[in-house]
Amino acid sequence: MKRGERSIRRTPLVLLALFVLLWLTGINLGEPGRVLEQAKSICLACIGIG
Amino acid sequence: MEIIRKWSQAIWLLLVNGFWGFPVTGNLYQGPLKVICSPGLNCYSCPAATTYCPIGSLQQLLLGIRFSIESGRYYMGAFVVGTMGIIGATAGRFICGWACPFGLYQELLHRIPSRKFSIPPILNGLKYLFLVFFVIVLPLVLVDDFGLGKPWFCKYVCPAGTLEAGIPMVLLQPDLRTTLGWLYVNKIGLLVLFSAWSVLASRPFCRTTCPLGAFYGLFNRVSLVKIRLDRDACTSCGACHAVCPVEIRINETPGSSECINCLRCLSEACRFDALSLEVAGFPLRSRSVSKANVSN
Repeated sequence: MKRGERSIRRTPLVLLALFVLLWLTGINLGEPGRVLEQAKSICLACIGIG
Repeated sequence: MEIIRKWSQAIWLLLVNGFWGFPVTGNLYQGPLKVICSPGLNCYSCPAATTYCPIGSLQQLLLGIRFSIESGRYYMGAFVVGTMGIIGATAGRFICGWACPFGLYQELLHRIPSRKFSIPPILNGLKYLFLVFFVIVLPLVLVDDFGLGKPWFCKYVCPAGTLEAGIPMVLLQPDLRTTLGWLYVNKIGLLVLFSAWSVLASRPFCRTTCPLGAFYGLFNRVSLVKIRLDRDACTSCGACHAVCPVEIRINETPGSSECINCLRCLSEACRFDALSLEVAGFPLRSRSVSKANVSN
């Protein structure tokens, strides 16, 4: 196995950490409740009705 | 590999559309699972949908951003973009190839025997315009007298919403039929257009229009799981070009944002172990298709 193949790529891990942070921020702001509220109702305009 | 991928697509289709009680309730699923993000494009107004669509939810949060700020709640899409980013940074466009219900729909249509056509590469860039303008800018900027925007992509473009929600909901709730107008006709027209195009060309919506695919594509080069090219092993034989459903040359552009990571190049084409999967820099065992054929 080549040397380069063993080195871990850090970019995806950094990106993951950043997005997990963003995700946690959203949870802290209470966004999941709003998302759930929206997803529970039919968006008529979204599906081309009304 | 293709059989495994088809099974994966079918399983994801059922996972994100797992509510089969809608013919009895006459309505869509309204349970707590809808706080979970569908990794692929799947309309949350679909009566069977058990998850939320990230593109739909993001637009809904952005179009009402003025209200939420005024009311002291800063709903700016952090939860949704965070989820999309986690999925993208982990898998890139593997989602498109393995877990998107609308991708599966297009693939099935493409199996219909007909003359097949290419899609000009210049059209690939359109999906980024849809992502930036129809999903982010227009819902944010163009607001009515009350300061409320519109879900531009869902309302005017998304054929997945028409297929999964527009048509089923009209069948399920006859009262809705009285409200049908030009918008519905327009959306049915777009669905017909993309369906017909899917027969003639491979995955036209994913390649030219899908904002979710555009977003995931940004991660293809850096995602945790990705296809790895061993340039020393590649003979530039072009076998991978021939099997690619999105017409890319992966040996020339590894990590292309157009690649849906279906792995056909890896499992069906490359005989020289030039392509393999890697996780965070660690190669997984590559599967050369037919070493026997090479030796023949």
